[in-house]
Amino acid sequence: MQRIDDANRQAMDRILSADPVLVDVIPAAEAIPTLQDRMILHAGPPVDWERMCGPMRGAVAGIAVFEGWAADLQEAEAMAGAGAFDFQPNHHFDAVGPMTGMTTAGQWVMVVENRRFGNRAYCTINEGLGKVMRFGGNDAEVLDRLRWLRDSFGPAMGRALRSGDGVPLKSLVARGLSMGDEMHQRNVACTGLMLRALAPALAATADDTAGLSKALAFIGGNDQFFLNIAMTMGKAIMDPVRGIDGSSLVTAMSRNGTDFGIRVSGTGDTWFTAPVEMPEGLYFPGFTEADANPDMGDSTIVETIGLGGFAMGAAPAVAGFVGAGSASDAANFTRAMGEITYGDNPEWSIPGLDYLGVPTGIDIRLVVETGLAPTINTGIAHREPGIGQVGAGVVRAPMACFEAALQAFAASVGVA
Amino acid sequence: MSAAAANGAAAGTAIVINQLRKGFYLDSVALMRFSRSIAAMPGVEEAALMMGTPANRRIMADAGLLNQTGEAAGGGDLILAIRAKTRPSAEQALTQSQALLDQPAAPGVGATAWRPRTLRAAVKHLPEANLALISVPGDFAIAEARKAIRRGLHAMIFSDNVSLAAEAALKQEAQTLGRLVMGPDCGTAIINGAPLAFANNVPRGAVGIIGASGTGIQEVSCLIGQYGGGISHAIGVGGRDLANEIGGVSTLMALDALASDAATAHLVLISKPPPAAVMARVLERVAGMGKPVTVCFIGAGIMPMPVNATQVFSLKDAARTALGLRQNGDTTPLKAPSDIRAPAERIAGQNTVRGLFSGGTLCAEAQAIFIAADARVASNAPIPGAGQIPATPPGHQLLDLGDDSYTRGRPHPMIDPMVRDQPIIDALSDGAVAVILLDLVIGFGAHHDPAGHLAATVMTHRQQDGPVVIASVTGTEADPQIRSVQIAKLEAAGIHVAPTNADAAAWSLLAAGPTVAA
Repeated sequence: MQRIDDANRQAMDRILSADPVLVDVIPAAEAIPTLQDRMILHAGPPVDWERMCGPMRGAVAGIAVFEGWAADLQEAEAMAGAGAFDFQPNHHFDAVGPMTGMTTAGQWVMVVENRRFGNRAYCTINEGLGKVMRFGGNDAEVLDRLRWLRDSFGPAMGRALRSGDGVPLKSLVARGLSMGDEMHQRNVACTGLMLRALAPALAATADDTAGLSKALAFIGGNDQFFLNIAMTMGKAIMDPVRGIDGSSLVTAMSRNGTDFGIRVSGTGDTWFTAPVEMPEGLYFPGFTEADANPDMGDSTIVETIGLGGFAMGAAPAVAGFVGAGSASDAANFTRAMGEITYGDNPEWSIPGLDYLGVPTGIDIRLVVETGLAPTINTGIAHREPGIGQVGAGVVRAPMACFEAALQAFAASVGVA
Repeated sequence: MSAAAANGAAAGTAIVINQLRKGFYLDSVALMRFSRSIAAMPGVEEAALMMGTPANRRIMADAGLLNQTGEAAGGGDLILAIRAKTRPSAEQALTQSQALLDQPAAPGVGATAWRPRTLRAAVKHLPEANLALISVPGDFAIAEARKAIRRGLHAMIFSDNVSLAAEAALKQEAQTLGRLVMGPDCGTAIINGAPLAFANNVPRGAVGIIGASGTGIQEVSCLIGQYGGGISHAIGVGGRDLANEIGGVSTLMALDALASDAATAHLVLISKPPPAAVMARVLERVAGMGKPVTVCFIGAGIMPMPVNATQVFSLKDAARTALGLRQNGDTTPLKAPSDIRAPAERIAGQNTVRGLFSGGTLCAEAQAIFIAADARVASNAPIPGAGQIPATPPGHQLLDLGDDSYTRGRPHPMIDPMVRDQPIIDALSDGAVAVILLDLVIGFGAHHDPAGHLAATVMTHRQQDGPVVIASVTGTEADPQIRSVQIAKLEAAGIHVAPTNADAAAWSLLAAGPTVAA
């Protein structure tokens, strides 16, 4: 017990002492040298083409066309089925990706550096709302936007960031929490704060005013622009927590639309998986739960650091996806997550909960003991390829992941 | 805010209505909830309330919800869009949408309180707490209690079905940690004026009670209140604390605690007669505590007592002695009210008392009264001197209906008085029964109106020349059920209500007559 307590204290110290800074936007191939041609990084634990859900297949086809590996979607699907692509989880390459989470060599990725530990994490740029690749969209409009992000926006944002010392994220997130963001469903405040931080440098380093205007409008018009930054930050914070012998804290939660997987510090890089669950939520006009794909994406890294569903009390409206949607419901979600976490993060507090720090450091022992699975706020993709987002809601991590992890963890600390 | 004229357009055979509220913002999740409720209205095919951003307008267009009105919306405008089978349906949905937008949010509606799921979270939430009440299935009770004492909390364990060995191990650990374990199977406690589980709203005062029995504590604490006294603390220890395997660990700790408690001037100890070794240890501790102690081992014979201790044989006398209302050797005169039908009026063969108790110690006290009066009595939970049912031939029968054999898979009769209905109905039509003797326990945790239920049962099933019914009510005027209200309901049904359980037992013997005397 003492050994586990000591290990968890060390893990918590590493989480709380992290210093994540958004420093750059660069080509993925440069950020991740091992990212080869025809290699596709996806969200979640490992999954092969046969077991991939519809939207992830749609995204794979789209990204293959974007990369020029296939002439069209049909050819791309045929190639995928024939084993032409090397599928690997983002998490194995210091990266994360929302929903389908496609990361390939030709895309540009944002870079968050954890200056306390010197590690870096990567994530693509958020494409916006509606029909987008992360929700399985893959038509010409989707691909054109990706090309613009690669050819224009990504380089511009990289230049802007390199012209200064980067944007420190911890204090920005703290302000966002006080302004109603929980950093998974709600990123309006942090997107605005980031726009404010970036705009002068974007202007100072811009090639032309039309491009600058489009870049500023893109950030300002995308309420979820900050989500991918929050995710990169989450990955940068949690990676130094991996592999602490005897620690029962979760270092990653992630889903590929088929399986939900978690990693635990004390059991290293092993994934403990279980079938993903179906979110409960609300749907856009024209869609119902019959259209919904189960839970998907690496975005649960934000819950892993105490945001998203864990910070629901900061964004009461989000609780409206389930139940009565009262502000006290939202607060109760946050308090309930305090039952399964090591402690609170005093730097990230929620004014409406008397400045309670967000519950941080998911302990698999507490999850199994209480029967309380982590609460996750999420978008909902259409289950067919090529359609996109159809709703949003709240979902639970499957308990079976934590039970399996606890057994392996018990063995790792010599408890039969 | 201004509403543009409703603009209907046909999409196929359906009617599409769009309306704008310019410059009206509402949170998207709130709007999605409204949309869902409007879409569910009769005749409505699809509906959406959305801010008019380009992305949203596109979603609405794809869903066949947009006409020129909606298309003209800006990002700061709210679009109300409805597609319905008929124009009246569409207009009704639009009216309903407007009503939803205009209804003022009722403060506090849907508010929910947070309840911690674990001791860990509860302690964090309420760091000044020093006691945990544990009521979980018996298999888990010890584990939870162990967590409690290791966090520095005293523990009251309401759960039963805990093994004797587990109880012993827990109490030993608690003793080394200096924490008191009340229970397992502890139904009643009053700590610092806070009633826990089944307890009554009694005045605070100078008498401390330690009891291995829930209803014993309830009767004594209520009578002390009724006689003008009050309670400092009432500590339940669980029915088996004085067993040899446990050795009275909690009883001894409770004695020490009350010995040093400034608010406690007099102690009452209530239990079944303990085994000799444990009794010796308990009485030794009593002898050394320097405060007067009233000892009530229900069913025990006369025993040598330390000089500061007084032995009594009924709960009623325990209450009176604790308040100095009774001298040693004083006996309460037994006189039934004159309106109880005399034995001479009985029809032939009607000569036994059938006691149907919800409280185990109340049943034991009644047995003790019978035995002291030399009346032969049997019970499913016999005290020394009483026969064991069913091995004993018919005679006076005093049954504890709260005993495990009756309550397995059913609620306790204090919670659900229906459990007692059938035995009462049977007794009302039993030609051998002269008196039905009942207890009624009210207070926190008990049924909201046991007297009303009992009165109805008796009135419905009473027979011509059937048995008389005698009862007592354990409770106070300050209890939620209000003792005088409960008594009035019983008396209105022709039930004789004695001031105490002991008196009810004595009345029932007088009413049944001496026929079955040993």
